[in-house]
Amino acid sequence: MDLYEYQAKELFGRHGIPVPAGRVAATPAEARAAAADLNAPVVIKAQVKTGGRGKAGGIRTAAGPVAAEQEAERVIGMDIKGHVAHRVLVETATVPFEEYYAAFLVDRAEGGFLAMVSGQGGMEIEELAANNPDALVRLPIDPVTGVDQDTARLLAAKAGLPEQAAEVLEKLWKVLVAEDAVLVEVNPLICTTDQRIVALDGKVTLDDNSAFRHSWDYAEESDSLEARAKAKGLNYVKLDGQVGVIGNGAGLVMSTLDVVAGAGAAPANFLDIGGGASAQVMADGLEIILADPEVRSVLVNVFGGITACDAVANGIVTALGLLGERGHGTPIVVRLDGNNAEVGRRILSDARHPAVRQVSTMDGAAEMAARLAVGA
Amino acid sequence: MAIFLTKDSRVLVQGMTGAEGTRHTARMLAAGTDIVAGVTPGKGGRSVDFGDRTVPVFGSVAEAVSETGADVSVIFVPPKFTGGAVEEAVAAEVPLCVVITEGVPVHDAVRFRALAAGRTRIIGPNCPGLISPGQSSAGIIPADITAAGRIGLVSKSGTLTYQLMYELRDIGFSTAVGIGGDPVVGTSHIDCLKAFQEDPATEAIVMIGEIGGDAEERAAAYIAEHVTKPVVAYVAGFTAPEGKTMGHAGAIVSGSSGTAQAKKEALEAVGVRVGRTPSETARLMRSALTRQGAA
Repeated sequence: MDLYEYQAKELFGRHGIPVPAGRVAATPAEARAAAADLNAPVVIKAQVKTGGRGKAGGIRTAAGPVAAEQEAERVIGMDIKGHVAHRVLVETATVPFEEYYAAFLVDRAEGGFLAMVSGQGGMEIEELAANNPDALVRLPIDPVTGVDQDTARLLAAKAGLPEQAAEVLEKLWKVLVAEDAVLVEVNPLICTTDQRIVALDGKVTLDDNSAFRHSWDYAEESDSLEARAKAKGLNYVKLDGQVGVIGNGAGLVMSTLDVVAGAGAAPANFLDIGGGASAQVMADGLEIILADPEVRSVLVNVFGGITACDAVANGIVTALGLLGERGHGTPIVVRLDGNNAEVGRRILSDARHPAVRQVSTMDGAAEMAARLAVGA
Repeated sequence: MAIFLTKDSRVLVQGMTGAEGTRHTARMLAAGTDIVAGVTPGKGGRSVDFGDRTVPVFGSVAEAVSETGADVSVIFVPPKFTGGAVEEAVAAEVPLCVVITEGVPVHDAVRFRALAAGRTRIIGPNCPGLISPGQSSAGIIPADITAAGRIGLVSKSGTLTYQLMYELRDIGFSTAVGIGGDPVVGTSHIDCLKAFQEDPATEAIVMIGEIGGDAEERAAAYIAEHVTKPVVAYVAGFTAPEGKTMGHAGAIVSGSSGTAQAKKEALEAVGVRVGRTPSETARLMRSALTRQGAA
């Protein structure tokens, strides 16, 4: 889960990392009040979980409360690469004397932690890594011993950061560990003319798997179908197509989306109902998918591994019973294969549900679902 | 032969007395696995009856190992306790530890991976485990959908593994390894490719990848240098949008890295044929074996 900049900075503040004084505002009036409260020239920053805000016009300066209100008016509601800025961060304008880059992250390739620090900040890190790789210091971090004072000093020295930055690096590592983050990034980390180190931006990605040991409260604004699916415990991602997809196992569902696309239609969603594929989960899944007005056909692709296909077929029949009339309008193509596939298919044919069609192969089922959706 | 797991493997199950642990222990026994012990803290001294076999329960992995000579541990404990369970198996010097649990915090995985380095091979977390059909199964891969044979399989995904094992059941498998869909896992595609290359019972290899990370690209580079056996591949996630997690915690595309297209191209560049669908991948494997047989 990615945090907004203002949430990342709140975390930084709690861990003693200096950030500019700031307030979050959801309306221009709130932005005006925030600027008045801060009593200094401010920066208005669009809160979106994507880069390139500056170029898109999502970061603006304002000399005082009136200007802050005007600028916030422009930024709130702005669409930046498909992300709508519902809020702005109003911050005391802070002038950098020097700009650096600092990050700690989980390095998937090595299965460990990595520090990345550079004396040249402010630009996209991918750009820096490509154009000036020598300016980016990469240091693997021992997961057992972590980043102590000496490691932090070494990192600062190697990257050409001032001595006082070491303390901030050490605290940044503590954020990664204490918050179970997979990424903490500050770009730019700055040194002011009066030699203070300040985190001018902040990006934090938390590990959802660790939620059980935290009391996070980061309400997500997402597509309402996604929110409904999440409330039902479903693993659902909304996409833009017309073929609703249900399957068991993340890999198989991803593959099903690809096969639907290959058959000439766009998938409407990702939905993994897991290994068990119980009737209730199947009903919940079908209900969410049929609630998507774009959906023209549904493809249920189940491989009976641990759960045999007869149990899955009974689940589908029960699910359609639970849905009643709602399950009649949209054609549902079912492919059952694997354990007890023959028995499962017979259960479905015997049920004679008007919406259900069966195809025994994944590729064939995807073709039929695609044809039903695009009407070719 | 097979890789990592054979008929001689002596398997213990951490969390055997839980519902999932009990259910899958019964299935593993039915698949021929030599299950010698269960481990549940605080429940040492009991035993669980599985019909033909009664499996003793120990309070710690160390005790189970010293009493039974177990050399594989399969872990079915909840995410909260998984890190501790793996560290216990590593401390007891169990050579192979298979972590089935889904939802393990990535910091815990990084930590136990580091502790295990050079001592214990970890497979997973968030994986279906591995099976050497006809010999032994450590995990949840169904045994009755396939048969013993000469294909080696390595995959990030459980159900895609089953799909391919089922489609190629007439040829059969030496070993199928589900390495898991999390961002940090103990055993990589490359580890398995290396083992399959060295395994005399494996004649050809199926590799299944998905979006996220660069494990498939690295595997491609490894294949070019070190693998002489035929490899066919499948990559899932061509239609995945950027920045969304597709079920598996590790399956996420960030910017242009981690895309299915990039992985496919990297594999094809080193001569690996990549199927457009799982079924086409199975057909590619058949033709690879036919060509090899003719050569």
